[in-house]
Amino acid sequence: MAKRIDVSGLSAYYGGHKAIDDISMTIEPRTVTAFIGPSGCGKSTFLRTLNRMHEVTPGGRVEGKVLLDDENLYGTGVDPVAVRRTVGMVFQRPNPFPTMSIFDNVAAGLRLNGSYKKSELKDIVEKSLKGANLWNEVKDRLNKPGSGLSGGQQQRLCIARAIAVEPQVLLMDEPCSALDPISTLAIEDLIGELKERFTIVIVTHNMQQAARVSDRTAFFNLAAVGQPGKLIEIDETERIFSNPSVQATEDYISGRFG
Amino acid sequence: MSVITDRRTVANDRNPLPVSLKQARLPRWTPPVLALVAAGAGCGIGLAAGLDSTVQWGLIAVLLFIAGTFVLSAAVEGGRQAKDRLATSLVWVAFLLAVVPLASLLWETVARGSKVLDGYFLSHSMGTLPDAMPGGGIYHAIIGTLEQVGLATLIAAPVGLLTAIYLVEYGRGRLARAVTFFVDVMTGIPSIVAGLFVLSVWILILGFGPSGFAGSMALAILMMPVVVRSTEEMLKLVPNELREASLALGVPKWRTILKVVLPTSIGGITTGVMLAIARITGETAPVLLLVWGAKTINNNPFEDAQQSLPLYVFQQWQQGSEASYDRAWAAALVLIAFVMILNLVARGIARWKAPKHAGR
Repeated sequence: MAKRIDVSGLSAYYGGHKAIDDISMTIEPRTVTAFIGPSGCGKSTFLRTLNRMHEVTPGGRVEGKVLLDDENLYGTGVDPVAVRRTVGMVFQRPNPFPTMSIFDNVAAGLRLNGSYKKSELKDIVEKSLKGANLWNEVKDRLNKPGSGLSGGQQQRLCIARAIAVEPQVLLMDEPCSALDPISTLAIEDLIGELKERFTIVIVTHNMQQAARVSDRTAFFNLAAVGQPGKLIEIDETERIFSNPSVQATEDYISGRFG
Repeated sequence: MSVITDRRTVANDRNPLPVSLKQARLPRWTPPVLALVAAGAGCGIGLAAGLDSTVQWGLIAVLLFIAGTFVLSAAVEGGRQAKDRLATSLVWVAFLLAVVPLASLLWETVARGSKVLDGYFLSHSMGTLPDAMPGGGIYHAIIGTLEQVGLATLIAAPVGLLTAIYLVEYGRGRLARAVTFFVDVMTGIPSIVAGLFVLSVWILILGFGPSGFAGSMALAILMMPVVVRSTEEMLKLVPNELREASLALGVPKWRTILKVVLPTSIGGITTGVMLAIARITGETAPVLLLVWGAKTINNNPFEDAQQSLPLYVFQQWQQGSEASYDRAWAAALVLIAFVMILNLVARGIARWKAPKHAGR
């Protein structure tokens, strides 16, 4: 059920400002790809173009092609809502719906998209919470509000919510930046398990994290503030961290940036 | 790298470091005791000087209190604390100035209004009772107010709600700016103008007679901008992250608004609508122009003149007899109680519907 992503010549704009310039890359199914790079280099923007969330921002606009297997996400007649059902997303800050219980949060994507039987929902919610390694912690309080959980639990709740709709690809925008090391470890373990089923793309500022969880790593950089971000290189994670082919990557990774 | 300037206070000749961290403080009971002393002194001076206005007594007491705290604090605690005390006492005085008229208004209305307020008063209309005679009631006015305000809410709340949703969730560019501008203009419309507008269109041009519904339309015009404004503010408070979370799950925008944005803000929206209802309940001018007022019960808001509470108060006051004054006060008390209950209900709903954060 995981799909290959094939990006070619992709640029994204905020109004008149070009945020990323001419990016091409291939992301294989059932792999974890990490995006690293300095702040403002367009990693998150690029991530958001992969499920058409970029255009939700006022003035957001995209040029180029993103092929999911063989279908262009930006082709004519493509419904962005259908795209987002196929490509799920987890955000930087945990954002469970405050009016809903833990159960309803996980069921939200399904319920808001169609009608399911109560027993079906129960099974899917349990499966998703188990998939997010949260089931044992919350199984006795599924009817309590999701905002009562700790930050790390909330983030795993958001992951459960995202995988409940059975997407093909899971995008994660700095999913651990608001979490403590133990919750981070839990999420990283989870990513390792999830990659059996999903294609995962993760943005991170933490290079050790990229080295730990990802199969391939892409380094983004920008020439100067105000310039669009560019993909510098993408390669096997091991190579990027031991023997990158571009000097800028090595400078960034070894902390000699700027 | 820019040079970081240290903005902390640096000890120097003008601003020496304190020798000890402890400082002389006035005891906690000083301000209330001072207030009592000042009140007593104000009354004493007022009596002695033969001032007949109690407002003047109060002013003297207030000035004595402010000056007294400042001087005492400056002597014991030093300049900075004295300034702090001065500001605190000014805030207290401002608070009292705001509360005194409110309390006196409530007291006055309760004292005078409770004279004729009973079950009979609430359940009977004026009928054919002559105005100078005691008796009669406000049943017809209560029915009128409930129907007119209810109809106005039915018109204004959905329109206002949808307008606010458009402005926050969809509105971009010129149309949204124009709508915002006209809502702002509408907020400032005097109620008599709204009444005259409906009068000229509905009664003079289209030829309908006076009715509760005509009044409702004018009230709806007054209510709409208030609903739009308050709902807009509430919708803006919903974090964008929640919208994005829902969209990223593949939920269409309209369902996101319906199932995530509105439930998150429903408490505030209800409060806003209730406060808008409370605001139009007390409107007299449009009702006077369009509903005309009646002495008998008219349950049909779509035909013939009706009564409403504020208009009843106005008309009874105009009669000028002892009995009609009593009835006006009692009706005013009912009106205040009605608005207060609405406010309490709004608060209750807001608390009940607020997103829950506890529950660990």
